[in-house]
Amino acid sequence: MEFFKQVDLDWMGKAKYFFALSLALLVIGCVSWIAKGGLYYGIDFKGGTLVYVRFAGTPPVDQLRGGLVKEGLGESVIQPISDIATRNSNEVMIGLEQKGQGSEALDAGKTAILNALHATLGSGEVGKQDFNAAGPAAISDVLIRKDPLSLGSAAADRYAQLARQLVAFRDKDSRGIVTSLDNLSSAGASAAVIAALRAAFYTSNFAITNVEIVGPKVGSELRRQAVLVTLYALGGMLVYIAFRFEWVYGAAAVLAVFHDVLITLGLFSIFHFEISLTVIAALLTLVGYSMNDTIVIFDRIRENMRLMRREPFHAIVNRSINQTLSRTILTSGLTFLTVMVLFLMGGQVLRAFSFALVIGIMVGTYSSFGIAAPLVVAWNHWKGQGATAAVTGTRSRQ
Amino acid sequence: MNSNLKWKAVFIVAIIVICIFGLVGIPNTPTSLSAMKSNFSDRIKLGLDLQGGTHLILQVQVQEAVSQEADQVLDHLKTQFQDKAIRYDELRKLSDTQILVHNIAPEQAGAARNLVSDQFPDWDITPAPGEASGYLLTMKPSRISNIRQQTMDQAEETIRRRIDALGLTEPLVAPYGQGDNEIIVELPGEGDPNRAKSVIQAGGQLELHLVLDSTPYSSEAAAMAAHGGVLPPNSQLVQGKSSAASSSQPSAESWYVVDRVPVVTGRDLRSATAVRSTKNIGFYDVDFTLSTEAGRRFGPFTEQNIGKELGIVLEHRLQTAPVINGRIDDTGVIEGQFGEQEANDLALVLRSGALPASIKYLEERTVGPSLGADSIRHGVRASIVSLLVVMVFMLVYYRLSGANAVLALILNLVILLAALAYFGAVLTLPGIAGVILTIGMGVDSNVLIFERIREELRASKAPVSAVDLGFKRAFLTIIDTHVTTVVSALFLGLFGTGPVRGFAITLVIGLLANLFTSVYVSRVIFDWHLARMPREAELSI
Repeated sequence: MEFFKQVDLDWMGKAKYFFALSLALLVIGCVSWIAKGGLYYGIDFKGGTLVYVRFAGTPPVDQLRGGLVKEGLGESVIQPISDIATRNSNEVMIGLEQKGQGSEALDAGKTAILNALHATLGSGEVGKQDFNAAGPAAISDVLIRKDPLSLGSAAADRYAQLARQLVAFRDKDSRGIVTSLDNLSSAGASAAVIAALRAAFYTSNFAITNVEIVGPKVGSELRRQAVLVTLYALGGMLVYIAFRFEWVYGAAAVLAVFHDVLITLGLFSIFHFEISLTVIAALLTLVGYSMNDTIVIFDRIRENMRLMRREPFHAIVNRSINQTLSRTILTSGLTFLTVMVLFLMGGQVLRAFSFALVIGIMVGTYSSFGIAAPLVVAWNHWKGQGATAAVTGTRSRQ
Repeated sequence: MNSNLKWKAVFIVAIIVICIFGLVGIPNTPTSLSAMKSNFSDRIKLGLDLQGGTHLILQVQVQEAVSQEADQVLDHLKTQFQDKAIRYDELRKLSDTQILVHNIAPEQAGAARNLVSDQFPDWDITPAPGEASGYLLTMKPSRISNIRQQTMDQAEETIRRRIDALGLTEPLVAPYGQGDNEIIVELPGEGDPNRAKSVIQAGGQLELHLVLDSTPYSSEAAAMAAHGGVLPPNSQLVQGKSSAASSSQPSAESWYVVDRVPVVTGRDLRSATAVRSTKNIGFYDVDFTLSTEAGRRFGPFTEQNIGKELGIVLEHRLQTAPVINGRIDDTGVIEGQFGEQEANDLALVLRSGALPASIKYLEERTVGPSLGADSIRHGVRASIVSLLVVMVFMLVYYRLSGANAVLALILNLVILLAALAYFGAVLTLPGIAGVILTIGMGVDSNVLIFERIREELRASKAPVSAVDLGFKRAFLTIIDTHVTTVVSALFLGLFGTGPVRGFAITLVIGLLANLFTSVYVSRVIFDWHLARMPREAELSI
């Protein structure tokens, strides 16, 4: 099977349309960026508190908001998390921006959110713990004290084992929420064990899956580092390509990749995705990936310059893009498919990460023939070298 | 088959065997499928985001230690100047690293300078700007960085001892980040960070001071007034709960005038244990034993001060002030109306020694185990689906050569996982994403080569030379693309921590493994196939 047998398209003739398209995308991104007053940073970069809560049924968002207001957290955000693969994940994220400084302020936000949750949704049974929040140690402590199986001296190990089993049942089979202690019978708890647990635990219909607290100083430091590391990576690539080709190729490739990052960030702003640490990782991956496509084309240009010394430079570039088109489309297509799978099925934690890659792979592929190659052609044309190809970059190797 | 090819095949098989052994064979030679499975999960370490747990980043206030050093030097200077009869108007701390001496008598300036350079070699003495006979003492930068380093090392060690004593599985305590004052604490499987946090944060400073005034004062002002506005020399005020506080009036605060220098500090402790209180039923006390050396000091001291009160000061707060009834050599008790766990944790903190400086929290992340299990499920499912999509496509598009690419891809993944196991690298959720990306990018090399071979075939080259040229020409491109991606991943690994570093590590290993599988292994399979194929037959690509 073969999709592209002989392609003969005049890519460089359409360069001005590509530049116009890129400009339009950049402007749209910028407008959204400015209109929304900057990018939407996650707490990694901004500082603050995030509590992820999972519910047994539909999240009682209004009730929860009431509870938060009562705790003086009127400015907190409640955001349902919907997952395309698991349609109703019944999860919400409660976010609170960092206000004060210091350890106490860090803790205060979390404590207030947890208080609000337990006050509005807990059972209110005084002196009992929430089973869904209990660790294996707490459960085995209760069992050892009550000794419902009358095990005597060998009890500690057996109960620790049982507690781990119950916790595994809760976390793996019941998505972290046991709505009634009676359900534990299917995890191997006898009636006596359940009765013993009932005396010390209540069950709620929610569980806290994830808590993140980041101080504001860490955030701004990270933001600076993220920008720096991206620039370093770009600089490293510029040097490598300048060394392997000519500096103008390096500059064109880096400009094209920079363009990809900006457009991806613009789309992040438009779709209101959060910029987190993993998104920075995705952006750097996209930098490397987009560079791949560009290098494949540049390599071909270098090779063709030796074979087609009489041809004008833009014709060589056209030919090179056409020759590698099949590879470009196939690879990008396949990688696009894999990150699309990740986007759809990777779960909430990787959502923004895979979104960056989905966008980045499309833009990165386009920019290698739409931006990087035309830039080199434009440079050569401006230098008056459009007619005959200068082959200085090939002297290092045969 | 020629012998060169045979050796190459042997080499590849050896790599495969080593990898598979790395994944399922260690630590114990497996005897059953389930033993292999458990070996596999033992070898692939999961990050906190996959197995659940708590991650804390702490900042040690190292400046405090520097400031304390300056305080001590100030005290020493005073006594030294007194001993040498050097006259001055005032000695005071200007900043954490500077001490100002006002108005030294001009004829004694030389003696003062000599004293400082002899006794305090870590300090520079210079004339204070704008003062005729004032001098400025400045701590040397080498000493400052020395103190900072010591403080960090000691803080890390103390925190590690405290965390270890909590009995959690495989906790991590390590320096963190570029800044030289941060420590990361990771507690796998711990869903509630509060206990660990309170244990870490406890300063653990225990000091035993002699109480000077027999009656405590109800306020700071009252204490000062009783001494005419100035505290007696070598004494200080300590706040604490009133010994007369009853359950009806528990919040009554008192101020005690105590000796400035402690008789015994936490450093002199040999052990500390929580015991049921004999006085306050239902509560716990902490018993402590002193080291022999401290006991030798403590014995005579208590003998001389029978009938007086001994203030037990924890974290600058007086807990109890028992009356010394007789000579005590090496034991004591802290009565603080503690709960059981509170008393246990206090004993633990006392045993592990005091923190050299206080601690601030910069970051706390807790991943519940159910989220971790979810993430693993999602990650594994996404990996398998993308692997299937890529494999089916390659088989349909390149037919028999596609099978070659699929083999290379599977081997790539096996090497990647084995490398993670051998290096003890941690698999995180972004790490799984790195694996998936490796699947997508891994076939890129194969596609490059195959497309090149097709081009050569179209130019009516024979299969053998088409394969040869295809590999040769694509090789340089493959090197270039891999180097650039590795460069960006390396920067990511240097900058990133935790999950992000996990991603960079899997990506780099995946790319390196890919060079081996898609160029070397793939070539060997092609050569083997070509050698068996009749000369005139077409290549299935």
